[in-house]
Amino acid sequence: MDEFLQIAVSGVVTGGIYALIAIGFVIVYKATGVINFATGELMMLGAFFAWTAMAVAKLPFAVALLLAALGAAGVGALVERVVLRPMLGQRPISIIMVTIGLSAVFKGIAQVVWGGEYRSFPAIFPRKPIELGPVILPSRQAWPFLIALAAIVLLAALFRFTRTGTAMRATANDQATAFGMGIDIRRVFSFSWVLAAVTAALAGVVVGVIGGISPQLGAVGLRIFPVVILGGLDSIGGALVGGVVMGVLENLAGGYLDPLFPGAGIKEVAPFFALVLILMVRPWGLFGTREIERL
Amino acid sequence: MIIGNFKVSYADDEALFRTPASRAWLWVLLGAVVLFPFLASDYLLYLANLVGIFTIAALGLNILTGFTGQISLGHAAFVGVGAYATAIVATRLGLPFWLAVPVGGLASCLAGALVGTPSLRIKGLYLAIATLAAQVILEWVFNNWTGMTGGIRGLNVAPAGLWGFEFDTDRRVYFLVAGLAALHTWAAANLFRTRVGRAFIAVRDRDISAELMGIDLFRTKISAFMISSYYAGIAGGLWVYFAKVVTPESFPLSLSIQFLAMIIVGGLGSIKGTIFGAVFVTLVPEGLRAVVQGATAYSPDAMSWLAPMKDIVFGGMIVGFLVFEPHGLAEIWNRVRRFFWLWPFPK
Repeated sequence: MDEFLQIAVSGVVTGGIYALIAIGFVIVYKATGVINFATGELMMLGAFFAWTAMAVAKLPFAVALLLAALGAAGVGALVERVVLRPMLGQRPISIIMVTIGLSAVFKGIAQVVWGGEYRSFPAIFPRKPIELGPVILPSRQAWPFLIALAAIVLLAALFRFTRTGTAMRATANDQATAFGMGIDIRRVFSFSWVLAAVTAALAGVVVGVIGGISPQLGAVGLRIFPVVILGGLDSIGGALVGGVVMGVLENLAGGYLDPLFPGAGIKEVAPFFALVLILMVRPWGLFGTREIERL
Repeated sequence: MIIGNFKVSYADDEALFRTPASRAWLWVLLGAVVLFPFLASDYLLYLANLVGIFTIAALGLNILTGFTGQISLGHAAFVGVGAYATAIVATRLGLPFWLAVPVGGLASCLAGALVGTPSLRIKGLYLAIATLAAQVILEWVFNNWTGMTGGIRGLNVAPAGLWGFEFDTDRRVYFLVAGLAALHTWAAANLFRTRVGRAFIAVRDRDISAELMGIDLFRTKISAFMISSYYAGIAGGLWVYFAKVVTPESFPLSLSIQFLAMIIVGGLGSIKGTIFGAVFVTLVPEGLRAVVQGATAYSPDAMSWLAPMKDIVFGGMIVGFLVFEPHGLAEIWNRVRRFFWLWPFPK
């Protein structure tokens, strides 16, 4: 039982981080209908911004986090304006490929600027592990998880209570009506990319603090597809639930199935088996909008 | 001077060659393909083989994505299925290559049918994600089904042989690759003159209208998946006799993306464009390598820039084509041709 709890809790921790990444992804999909394959690379860039601020410029963690968010916001705005806006209304294949192309460019740029080697963040958090009853969480996981949680709460508040958040929800709900009510759709598009990039940057810092960073960090981006499909591509609450469920599932698969198939890395692939099942049964996910085609 | 392309019968409309000149040029091209191995260097032949294999695979992807409108992010995995099937029947059952390669094609075809089954229920972005899952899962199978695939050590295969002639060097494999590539290009070009191929295009343009016109959607989509992965499987089988070894890391997601880049750069829904794309996407990194090698004269550590430069150029190429020339190289080719047709008049 203790073992199960330990696995489940560390699954929730992983899941919280997945949820944060997935939210950035969902924001863009909801507002602009773009599946963003560059999410992972935006994370990687954000993590490198924060790392540079901390390790090279010797700034405190909070300032580094802020700088990373600002840098990512710039990248997000630029990408939306220069690349995504001319692509509005194109076929899905073109839009998918343009974000894949962007991810390759980001990876290349990061390798040129920071080199290919693996780096780790300077120690930031108290070393003492956190004990929750029988479960022990290493501080390297617990603190980043708390940051992820705080970011999720902040984002939810932003959507619920601010003017911009309301405009974004209105646009996602019905673009034409929102436009008719005087909402500047282009600004909403631009802001959703900024927000997504900032979210991705925070997630990148969180992942980087736990496991170190390299230009390959973006590979984590692929793991969010099971999460967002389970939750529903256009549901922020769904991203949260999906993240936690997939995190727990992944850890349980790692804990209980790995001994049966030694060395097979069941943990990495289990979410994708789940993904196939979900697509067969309920492609729009738990909380997503079911697409209905009208003629 | 040709002032217009007037078609006065259905036979004209369906013809493979619009003008006698284009038929003549094709013979010139075929002659060049046959003469190439007698003139070119080993390195060029190696590249030509790569281009030929990628052409077959990219044709398959273009049939599925460009002509039928079903996005696949798992094409490399189907190439992998074909390669492993070929390698396994060649080593275990000792089948000759002319049986083993088609077996690879058929195995991949079956895998394609399996992965394509959900395509009736899900489409667009969702289908893309489903094929992404197929890529991840198949790659995992290649790595871990050690009994069959040999795991990360892979499988070694003897060169193909026919009546005592061994296809053991790139120069000799070229004939195999070029022959099959020509055959498959010809088949693909003719596919779209048949009912099946026309149905593919109708499904791409508007699946609901296609269904109302009496096209069985499910059958059409499944056949597109099967034909597409059959092409991938043949490319995989050729890969086996080209590389002489099959390892799981030969078929990563990045290769799937490379195939997609080929059909986008070349032109979605264009046979000619697929070939342009396969040539272009394969040769650009090689050109880059030559440039970087030249740069080592000025800066000794230039080679370390090669990998990131490749990423940047590759990504930039995809983004650039999508934003500025969405119809790809095929459209540029048509524009150039039109210019010469109409010369000296402005277009």
